[in-house]
Amino acid sequence: MKKKSVIEIIASTRFLHILLSIILGFVIGAGFLAVMGISVSEAYGKLISSITSVKGFSYVIVYATAYIMTGLSVAFSFKTGVFNIGAEGQFVMGSMGAAVVGILLKDLPKPVLIPLCFLAAMIAGAIWGMIVGFLKTKWGINEVLAMIMFNWIAFYLSNYIAGIPAIHNDGTAEATKTISQNARTLLSQELRTKFDLAPTANWGILVAIFFMFVIWYIIEKTTLGYELKAVGANRNAAEYGGIGVNKSILTALAISGALAGLGGALQVMGMGGRISIFTGQEGFGFAGIVVALIGCSNPFGVLVAGLFYGALTYGGSKLNLVGAPTQLTSVIIGTVVFFIAISVIFERLGGGVRARKNIEGRKEREKEAASLPAGSEKKEDEAK
Amino acid sequence: MAKEHVDMSKPVIEMRNIVKKFGDFTANDGINLTVHKGEIHAILGENGAGKSTLMNQLYGLFKPTSGDILVNGQKIEMNNPRDAIAAGIGMVHQHFMLIQPFTVTENIVLGTEPVKGVVMDMQKARENVKALSERYGLAIDPDAKIEDISVGMQQRVEILKALYRGCEILILDEPTSSLTPQEILELIDIMHALTKDGKSIILITHKLKEIKESADYCTIIRLGRYIATVDVDKVTENDLASMMVGRQVTFKVDKPEKEPGEVVLDVKDLHALDYRGVEILKGLSLTVRRGQIVGIAGIDGNGQTELVEILTGLKKGTSGEATVNGVSVFNRTPRYGFDHGVSSIPADRQKHGLILSQSVEDNLILQNYGKEPFSRHARLNRPAIFSHATDMIGKYDIRPGGSEKRPAGTLSGGNQQKVIIAREVYNDKDLLIAVNPTRGLDVGAIEYVHRYLVEQRNKGKAILLVSFELDEIMSLSDVIDVIFDGKIVSRIPGKDADENELGLLMAGGKKQ
Repeated sequence: MKKKSVIEIIASTRFLHILLSIILGFVIGAGFLAVMGISVSEAYGKLISSITSVKGFSYVIVYATAYIMTGLSVAFSFKTGVFNIGAEGQFVMGSMGAAVVGILLKDLPKPVLIPLCFLAAMIAGAIWGMIVGFLKTKWGINEVLAMIMFNWIAFYLSNYIAGIPAIHNDGTAEATKTISQNARTLLSQELRTKFDLAPTANWGILVAIFFMFVIWYIIEKTTLGYELKAVGANRNAAEYGGIGVNKSILTALAISGALAGLGGALQVMGMGGRISIFTGQEGFGFAGIVVALIGCSNPFGVLVAGLFYGALTYGGSKLNLVGAPTQLTSVIIGTVVFFIAISVIFERLGGGVRARKNIEGRKEREKEAASLPAGSEKKEDEAK
Repeated sequence: MAKEHVDMSKPVIEMRNIVKKFGDFTANDGINLTVHKGEIHAILGENGAGKSTLMNQLYGLFKPTSGDILVNGQKIEMNNPRDAIAAGIGMVHQHFMLIQPFTVTENIVLGTEPVKGVVMDMQKARENVKALSERYGLAIDPDAKIEDISVGMQQRVEILKALYRGCEILILDEPTSSLTPQEILELIDIMHALTKDGKSIILITHKLKEIKESADYCTIIRLGRYIATVDVDKVTENDLASMMVGRQVTFKVDKPEKEPGEVVLDVKDLHALDYRGVEILKGLSLTVRRGQIVGIAGIDGNGQTELVEILTGLKKGTSGEATVNGVSVFNRTPRYGFDHGVSSIPADRQKHGLILSQSVEDNLILQNYGKEPFSRHARLNRPAIFSHATDMIGKYDIRPGGSEKRPAGTLSGGNQQKVIIAREVYNDKDLLIAVNPTRGLDVGAIEYVHRYLVEQRNKGKAILLVSFELDEIMSLSDVIDVIFDGKIVSRIPGKDADENELGLLMAGGKKQ
């Protein structure tokens, strides 16, 4: 009974912190609007109205799919003690992997080509993650630095591949060819018109939800999850307990990379259909860090956080219709992340938690003391 | 102990009827404490009895819910440690608060640096520190970097830091928990030098022996309540223990005579390098038989750590052999050693023993998560893991009850140790290596751990006990191996071991 109440307390304070952070994000966003002389109600009204229509919400889902995947990738890496800041690069490699397969094998039938694209993307992402894992376990190279560099390597590699004649656009566009129709995950034309959905409405979200369950299952229900969590939480104790630490790090980065890579595939197969020559990093992987943070690194939390992020991104793009800058959403998201980050610090410093912890232990002792034989009390009186 | 340096007419600290509540929980319930000038006053209590809460109020970290604090007869209110320092109170925490890459001098003067114009006057700082250290016989090298000096030296720096700020009353929080026996003796000398100079010391501890050796008076706290203040000279260690725990405590371990069986652990001519690449094990050999506790006595740094690390697979040796039941476990992985009969209670329970952020039930299967009934085909069997934890919590009296799903880090130190013992005893291996198994535990928990070690021995397990507590080695071991400079220099029966003789052997002396 007690155990449950403790979990409830922790869960609820954590949840309240995040809710409060989100509210504060909007409050501070409102402050900026007020300073700029833009009507707060009009701007936020636009934000809300643009995502509450069926069409608007279908856009939100389309936007959210990639964020959920990179969010899962980063959340999984958090659980296993490596900080996958390289989801950006893995995402890029994944989308390029899917695009190359979708362009070169364009004549394959849909049921074959789509899984092949997914597989190519996951392998590309996993390899990108594992290279860094290998550098770390073999030579102790800091994974965060290596990943940041590998994000750029992926960036230029993608641009290079996009320029190869077999891949490059036949027309004037600075992009790859469009991938085969058989590699697209779009919903059918009839469905889109019937329900008035976004032109890019696709079923990628189902894949993301499926992997959300897969990741939850791995973390909570399998020996692999047990090993990875143990290594993540205390490398020394895991090693002492006989778990192969290096193998675990490699596995964690491979899975994390595969998730980000698949996110890239869902993006290119669902939305664009082709990959442009980049001029700057697109930030899907970095958004994943934010999503994982808001979602408490919990797979289900990531789903909600991904939708939230998708809603802000899409709704934010409509803000200029009322004269508000689209950057407002960046302000809001930045503020939310800031407050969540400092709430984590407060939790760590929190005397409240420590005091509560003591209470529980102490109550037990008091119970024990109450059941002591009377003789022991007498002795103290004599000592006094 | 003579008390001529105690000036009973001058109370420097009076805490009157202190009550401290956290929510609906009372951590201190009407505690009284009077410390006089020149007195060493020990505060004794089990882990979590409320000692630290009391001292944190004296040091301005918490405010009492009710009750008064008087310093030199004057009632004062402290809102933060700065107020406490201004009132002449200094505190040395259990975990030192020093800046590792800074020198001793830099650490001591930190925050109150002497200046020449706008630049720091390092020369003056150095002289001040030197003068202070000579005055109290606290020998230190003012130019050494903290990261290069021993724990005992770091503690001196902490004490000097408090003295440098003009403290008259020094609070020492568990000061001996990480010191070697030699360093403990030196610390006691330092404490006496300080009281001779009119300083007062409050010593927080749960080690009875040190109270007897150093303190004048002792206040006992149990479950947040004031129990008694006693004259240390007029009570025995046993009296103190009973008052602290609230029941009679037996120090004697009941250990039936037992003829040891065949050899389980056989270590031959082991060589290994330490982390700096210097040879630390220089041909160590020893054997442990079934139904036998072999205690390794030695001063820290003579190769004990490396020996245990090699036996548990965490470190590689350069040459030699170590077999368990005839199978070599030398330079293998931890998993291999475990599968071939090695289990261990590691020295650092928070680093190697437990994953603090994970649940108790998960910690209880750390080596066995891949085996039935805890998992099948890589799928964890959560109900089996939970019921195993419930069994263990009941059997080993892990408190609080019902803590299967709580993070291990929320348990007290003693209960964390019980989780490890439950796990290793369940593993049921032929060899159990126990390293400082009672470090940081209070009397009740120590008794418990000792009982289990002897029980395992009686069941016919081979036990290798490595401990810096000589008393523990002497009361538990059937055979004591003295380690010095990377070798076992002497093997004596545990029964007729003599503390002085052991001490001499540990220091590299010859057997008489």
